[in-house]
This record gives sequence, C-alpha cells and structure tokens, in this order.
Amino acid sequence: MTRTEITSCAEALRLLAAHLDRELGEHEHAEMERHLATCRSCFSRAEFERYLKQGVRELGREPIPPELAGRIKGIIREFTAPAGE
Amino acid sequence: MAEVATAPPMRSDQAWFAEQVEALLPELYGTAVRLCRDRTDGEDLVAEAVARAWEALPALRNRDLFRGWVFRILTNTFISQYRTSRSRREAEPADVEDFSLFDRLHQPILLWWGNPEQDFLNGLLRDDLVRAIDGLPDPYRTVVVLVDVREMPYREVATALDVPIGTVRSRLARGRSMLQKALWENAREAGLRSSSPQPDEEQSQ
Repeated sequence: MTRTEITSCAEALRLLAAHLDRELGEHEHAEMERHLATCRSCFSRAEFERYLKQGVRELGREPIPPELAGRIKGIIREFTAPAGE
Repeated sequence: MAEVATAPPMRSDQAWFAEQVEALLPELYGTAVRLCRDRTDGEDLVAEAVARAWEALPALRNRDLFRGWVFRILTNTFISQYRTSRSRREAEPADVEDFSLFDRLHQPILLWWGNPEQDFLNGLLRDDLVRAIDGLPDPYRTVVVLVDVREMPYREVATALDVPIGTVRSRLARGRSMLQKALWENAREAGLRSSSPQPDEEQSQ
C-alpha cells in the first residue's frame, strides 16, 4: 500500500462504488487507481464489482418485439402526416 | 430538455427522427422494461416517450445530443407516470442488510476449491440478473437502473427523482446489497452452479 490519502483498504472500499460510478473527483479517482494498482485484495474486489455492474448495464438492451417496432413506425407516420391526410 | 418548443417539427425531420429512434430502440425498450418490470408496460413507456420526443424535437437545438435527450424523456415519462400511478407512498424497508457477494464468495472454505468469484461470474446468467433486479422494491430498482443501466450521474438521478443526492447514494447502496443477496441466494439454490460445496453445509460438518 502506498502512502496516499487512501491509507487503508477500508477507506478504499468505502469509496469503491463511487469510483466505479465515476463519481469521485479527479484527486480521489487518482488515489483510488493508485491503491488498486498496489492492493491485490481491493483490486480483485473492484474487478468483481465492475463485472457485476457491467452485467446489469447489459440488461438495458432487449430485442425489439415486432409489435413494438410496428407501433413506433405508426407513431412516427402519424405525427408527420400533413393535416387533412 | 432545456428549451421550450417554438415550432412543430418539420416534415423533413421524419426520416432523421425515425432513423435515430430505430437505432436506439433496443436500448430504449431494454431500459423501459427494467424500469417498469413488465414488457407490455415497457412498450407503452417507449411509445409515449417517442411521441413526446417528436413533439419536443424543435426544442433540441443540437441534434448530436439526441441520445441523452431522448433517454431523459423516457426517464422523466416513467417517473411522472410512476408518481401518478402510486398514490400510496411505498414504504422503504427499515433494515437492509449490508451484503457483499464478494465477501461471501471469499470465505476461506470456498477458496480451497479454487477461484469462487470467477466461478460465480462464469456461471452468472442474464436471467439471474433480471430476476434479481426485478425483485428490488421500486425506489431501489429505479436508482440502480438509472445509475447502472443508464449510467446517469448521481446528481441527475437526484434531480429526476426530486430527492436529495444522499438518498440516491443510500438507495443505490441498499439496492446493490439486495441485488447481490438475491444473486447469492439464487446461486445457493442452484448449488453455486458448480461442484463447489455449499458453505453452510461445510460449516455444519
């Protein structure tokens, strides 16, 4: 562990979620990166959490049901049709 | 959505708008399904958001920002519908256990059998995650989806939900704890998806 402001693994773990969410300031982010580069235990934990987060991220994409695709096309057609058509 | 529409969209916008929406549809629908926890409601949410986006299109001066803009409309539409449909205030669980899947998997008894974290991740299925996230109470699921799926900054989530940023942080931490606990319990039911022994069984021997 290096002599940084993050002086313990407990402190690093407290900041880990915000770090992975890119919510830390530039200095804290750099401190975390430094800690993770030198602490195998925290690095493993960070990689695990990062992988899980990525898994959740991928749930935000779904195959489109044909009915929805047709419905959206209809909406766009309807909103662009000139008045009286 | 910073500006008020001053004129209806032009007919020439139709092809451009249709192209943009079509490209984003799998993500719009995926986000909607995660937020609504239901495919039919998700379809309705996407349709409503697309209609609102079309109406507001003239206010979007920089069309390079369309992606973030349309997702913001989707999110705001969900939140306003959610508030309308829930007249009751959903009670937040009083006690949410601080649960770390990594710590559970990192027990010495499991480490004897190799790399339990990696084994767990290798066996983790999309359906496991869907079940776990769909099982979260609404206030927690919404924050987890906005931060982890939509990658929204905490401050934007706080603004969208009209709650303090500290509430976003605590709901996120609790939501993730509950999600990890659900994954753990699911994995235990499935026998940790590998030949690894169940920790409780080992400890009781």
